[in-house]
Amino acid sequence: MGLEAKLQQDGFITTTLDAIISWARKSSVWPMPMGISCCAIEMIAAADPKYDLARFGSEVMRFTPRQCDLMIVAGTVTYKMAQVVRRIYDQMPEPKWVIAMGACTSSGGMYRSYSVVQGIDQFLPVDVYTAGCPPRPENLINAVMTIQQKISKTKARDFQDKPIIEPVTSNN
Amino acid sequence: MEFKELVVEKLKKNFGESVKEVSDFRNDLSVTIDSNKIIDVAKFLKEDSELEFVMCKDVTAIDWATRKNRFTVVYHVYSYKNNFTLRLKSNITEDPPRIDTVSSIWPSANWYERETFDMYGITFNNHPDLRRMYMPEGFQYHPLRKEFPVLGIPGSLPLPEKI
Repeated sequence: MGLEAKLQQDGFITTTLDAIISWARKSSVWPMPMGISCCAIEMIAAADPKYDLARFGSEVMRFTPRQCDLMIVAGTVTYKMAQVVRRIYDQMPEPKWVIAMGACTSSGGMYRSYSVVQGIDQFLPVDVYTAGCPPRPENLINAVMTIQQKISKTKARDFQDKPIIEPVTSNN
Repeated sequence: MEFKELVVEKLKKNFGESVKEVSDFRNDLSVTIDSNKIIDVAKFLKEDSELEFVMCKDVTAIDWATRKNRFTVVYHVYSYKNNFTLRLKSNITEDPPRIDTVSSIWPSANWYERETFDMYGITFNNHPDLRRMYMPEGFQYHPLRKEFPVLGIPGSLPLPEKI
């Protein structure tokens, strides 16, 4: 009988630190609900008992960026709002991820207009884009699961040199 | 006498030549008045005991692009007493686009006039706080003017730096 089989009998498992840390991280992704317009309603629906985002450990919507890992940008981002979105993103501690929820956030959507940013990837590093106008809650949950897959591939040392809060440089 | 006729008659009696045009299209009464008289007309409409247009529902403008009087400023005022909405119009020239503020008479006009200033660049004389309403401060243009491209002017609105 090998050591691993023996340990399992006694209620222990063997694993790597990277595996256990990324497992812990992906199972409690706390979102920052950046609900700017109608996509926010579907984001709220995703958190309610019917769709139950809690099954994936992401039900804890934090309204302070300092306690979040994931920013869900849900809605049309105008140029004026872009400064605010970026400032909130800057205040989130590393490691952090971004979901661009819906057509407006991903590409400007139907607002081909002077006031709307044509895709938030012009100023934020987006991890997952979600299609739909607005996306169904299932679609958002799928995006969260995609983030989880992405996190499960990370290693603890990937983030060790990142600063906790980057200085905000904005002209507003 | 119908209330509509009363409004027109009273305005014509008190302001004579300053009442330029009266139209009654689909039961909506519009009165065009001289832009210099806007304060007097507004005060009269609000304070006259039979009219009592105490509420200003909207202030906006129209850009006619090629007309000599390029802009029309439009006011919608309402009388609770008579359950009646009156549309006031005033034509102004492009250079410079100016009209007196009515925010001293109807306080609700304060923000409507800021919005109109933001979108059309019309200056409201003596306005207490004429800042932009929607666009960021420091923006150079007025988006609802006809010469402004729908897609905007590249680089006119700052974005945060890309990470």
